[in-house]
Amino acid sequence: MAVKKELLTGNDVVLKAALLAGAEYFAGYPITPSTEIMNGWAKEAADNPKLLFLQTEDETSAGMAVIGGLLAGKKTWTVTSGVGHILIQDPLVLAETLSLPFVMYVGQRGGPSTGTVIYSQQELNLARYGGNSEGLRVVYAPSNIQELFEITQKAFNTAWRYRLPTIILGDGYLTKTLSPVDTSRVIPAEKAEAIFLNKDVKNLRNCFSREDELAEHLNILFAKYAAASRQIVESESYKTNDAKIVIFAWGTVGFAAKVAVANLRKQNKRVGLFRPITMRPFDDRGAIKAVQKADKILIAESSGGQFGRIVRETLTQATDAEYVRLYKPAEGITSEEIEAKIKEIY
Amino acid sequence: MEPRYPKCLDPKTKPSNFCPGCGYGIILKTLGQVIDEMEVAPRTVFAVDIGCNLLAWNYYKLDTIQTHHGRVTPLCVGYKRANRESVTIGIAGDGGLYAIGLQSFLHAAHRDDPVTIIGVNNTIYAMTGGQLAPTSLLGQVTDTSPQGKFTYEKPVLGPELAKEMASSSAYLARGSILNIPQMKGMLKAAIERQLAGHFAFVEIMSYCPTNWKTDAQQSIETLEKLEETFKVGVINA
Ligand SMILES: Cc1ncc(C[n+]2csc(CCOP(=O)(O)OP(=O)(O)O)c2C)c(N)n1
Ligand code: SF4
Repeated sequence: MAVKKELLTGNDVVLKAALLAGAEYFAGYPITPSTEIMNGWAKEAADNPKLLFLQTEDETSAGMAVIGGLLAGKKTWTVTSGVGHILIQDPLVLAETLSLPFVMYVGQRGGPSTGTVIYSQQELNLARYGGNSEGLRVVYAPSNIQELFEITQKAFNTAWRYRLPTIILGDGYLTKTLSPVDTSRVIPAEKAEAIFLNKDVKNLRNCFSREDELAEHLNILFAKYAAASRQIVESESYKTNDAKIVIFAWGTVGFAAKVAVANLRKQNKRVGLFRPITMRPFDDRGAIKAVQKADKILIAESSGGQFGRIVRETLTQATDAEYVRLYKPAEGITSEEIEAKIKEIY
Repeated sequence: MEPRYPKCLDPKTKPSNFCPGCGYGIILKTLGQVIDEMEVAPRTVFAVDIGCNLLAWNYYKLDTIQTHHGRVTPLCVGYKRANRESVTIGIAGDGGLYAIGLQSFLHAAHRDDPVTIIGVNNTIYAMTGGQLAPTSLLGQVTDTSPQGKFTYEKPVLGPELAKEMASSSAYLARGSILNIPQMKGMLKAAIERQLAGHFAFVEIMSYCPTNWKTDAQQSIETLEKLEETFKVGVINA
């Protein structure tokens, strides 16, 4: 298909991609910086009787309503941020134990607590393992608007193909910016199917009477997750083959890091980037491969080390490289800053 | 002789795990009869909360979801909106509805979401062993009010409270397991009202012999006494 560039905000992009992926039903509660997506859906739904919309009394209810929609076989989704993201972990763990295709976009904002309202990378732990979770979910991290367009579509497909809760972890920088997007890159949408009132009777529970009963249930979920992970896991390794310094960064910071690497390469600096695209499952092998020639690893993130801890745990046995941290909790990181930091340690 | 169960009950999961003499069995069996008589089983979806009602997750041969504590209402609301043809019925305890799930319950009434919610009022948190509930009466001794002292003067009266926020078309009633025909009529009316497109709620006064520490006769007497405060009847027709 011919390239079709449109000038869109990230909010428009999430909405457009969700509709292309077959989303039919949205339940949510407003919170900055994700509110505009909800407003956009409400507007679409007002014009299109096939689209369902429910504004709930809080995020726990929004998530429970999403689960209701999924049981009815509708591609149901929500968006949230920050403290709303905390509340929605409650229904999300229900979706995990019931293997439901719960799709959620999260626009990270500063924390702890109400924090700030536009940008951060501090909701990574929450997205990966929030609640009393074993992490039976997929977390995608788009780094720019084009990727946001494609990943949002993909998230619905992953959720429905593998029956896993799936989160798109973005931020307000990503969704508030206006950028050209090639909207011809449409991915064929997975089919939805009703769980309730479809074929045989289903009695679904989340509370088990005995430890061994739950263990048996969990073992099945873990095995399914492991198999699905191999298909789902994604990362980008950029100029890492000969890199002396490898930057580890994700999301918006990952994009800034890529720009920095491209610039530094022009100055003949052997620098590379490892950028996970799925934050869970995590591409351990890709990460290990990326640091084969590295004697320094720069971890850049807008948090106090949530990502850094994943990186160090992953690479424990794989490298003796020295770690350098560029941690700016709740603040943005520019390509210039990353470039300057590399020059300082090169 | 084999006990005669309503058709929609699953005989494989009977006898159920409720304590001997528990009120839940009476409520669930009556609901089963209503579902049979109305012939709505093929389009009924049932949701249970966490509380003793969680034990009903496989009580019926009906699609059933066990939700989290207090979350039965939003799940029913979410489902019903996606399947308007369904009969969506949720059940929760007085803790699930009037404490942790109160705002969801009231907002469903406020939005007039067409679901049928059943609230089982035994004036305590039964599943966790008998703690103070929003429905406990002044002076009531529970695990968390060992001296019978607590700050509120009056218990939460669920249907009366919901009336403050509910649409005028909502059905709100309080029944009791001491009057099964009346309770049955209320459950039927509550399903009919959902099918007419409106919110419907029935609170049912029920006994918990285990936590009340009562024998059969005392359970009945205690419930009769409670009905002086929790007046049985239709609160919004
Ligand atoms: C979020 C959460 N908090 C607490 C609990 C523990 N818990 C389980 S049942 C229950 C109370 C049940 O009381 P009620 O809703 O009145 O139902 P009953 O058992 O009396 O029928 C509580 C507090 C829980 N399961 N989930
Ligand atoms: S604890 Fe009370 S409410 Fe729960 S099953 Fe036993 S008798 Fe019934």
